[in-house]
Amino acid sequence: MDAYLNLFIKAAFIENLPLTFFLGMCTFLAISKKIETAIGLGVAVIVVETITVPANNLIYQYLLKEDALQWAGLSGVDLSFLGLISYIGVIAAIVQILEMVLDRFFPALYNALGIFLPLVTVNCAIMGASLFMVEREYDFGQSVVFGFGAGFGWALALVALAGIRERLKYSDVPDGLQGLGITFITAGLMSLGFMAFSGIQL
Amino acid sequence: MNEETKKVVLDPMVDNNPVVLQILGICPALAVTTSLATALTMAIALTVVVSMSNVFVSMIRNSIPNNIRIIVQMTIIASLVIIVDQTLQAFAYDLSKRLSVFVGLIITNCIVLGRAEAFASKNPVGLSFLDGIGSGLGFGLVLILVGSIRECLGSGSLLGYPILPLVTEDGWYYPIGLMLLAPSAFFIIGLLIWALRSWKTEQIESPSYQIRAVHRTEVM
Repeated sequence: MDAYLNLFIKAAFIENLPLTFFLGMCTFLAISKKIETAIGLGVAVIVVETITVPANNLIYQYLLKEDALQWAGLSGVDLSFLGLISYIGVIAAIVQILEMVLDRFFPALYNALGIFLPLVTVNCAIMGASLFMVEREYDFGQSVVFGFGAGFGWALALVALAGIRERLKYSDVPDGLQGLGITFITAGLMSLGFMAFSGIQL
Repeated sequence: MNEETKKVVLDPMVDNNPVVLQILGICPALAVTTSLATALTMAIALTVVVSMSNVFVSMIRNSIPNNIRIIVQMTIIASLVIIVDQTLQAFAYDLSKRLSVFVGLIITNCIVLGRAEAFASKNPVGLSFLDGIGSGLGFGLVLILVGSIRECLGSGSLLGYPILPLVTEDGWYYPIGLMLLAPSAFFIIGLLIWALRSWKTEQIESPSYQIRAVHRTEVM
């Protein structure tokens, strides 16, 4: 249990996806003007991340890894070069299924997430978390915790940035820095803040 | 080279740069710029992927049904990225280790899908190829600039060759450690945007809320 908690803290704070690995930056900067939309997108990312990372973990463990096809009687087969195309396929498919399930059974949540759900497919935070999972060789349990932690950290950073930007619009920013420029500087300062988490170990 | 092709290639450099104006493809621009070597590799890899994907998407633009075009484009892009990834692992293993997951993330780089969708699916093959090269170069320009600044100030070298003699090697330069950490990338791109917009003033965004001076008679 301690190991899982540790992994969660690491994924959410110490190795925060947007602020230390710059993943999902395009959406992070583009959809952080209002807190409400930021919360919607954040929830979508948490949900998708928690489902796709373990799903890709299963795909990797039982289909793609070297000698993974032994259960089917094929030994010595290494399909790991197909990784990239499988992961993006799995992510796109899961987002599509999730959209249909939510539309059918949880219309309120579906309406709240709206346009963000399909957008999440091309968010590199989702793909990046799956690739990190493969690179660091997490098992199934770890990948569930890692997926949730990474999504949570991403959502936290997004909502925090949206909060700062809502206040920032009343401040007197130099012309050239207006909009994108000052957002970058703000994200840089937040990233400095998150560096304070490094070294925390449970 | 006629006017139109020149415009297609040169426009993304300064006037319509993908990174600093269109907010596309920012993750790699920040993540792989700790040294010039990784930035250059990334720039070349992305230019290859975006120009080739533009060519293929443009070739089949008249024969794919409109409602499945995104998934076809994704498949083309993913296959190209796999080729680039395998090539890097075969011929430049160290660099591919240092780039870690970011080569794979070219798939989700918005520049690639953006150009395929916005340009290549409507234009002939030759022009699409040039558009890909132009976008790749515009992206590469920012990467190389940020990569040079970070490597030069952070470790006193460029491409591994010493430029500023370090104190540890009997020189005079104390390296700025922050340059190699994540926050500096945000600051450098932010300042870069500021510099570019001070030069090209038409790119300045209008503020969403205007502060106005209140005259003392209004208060009373």
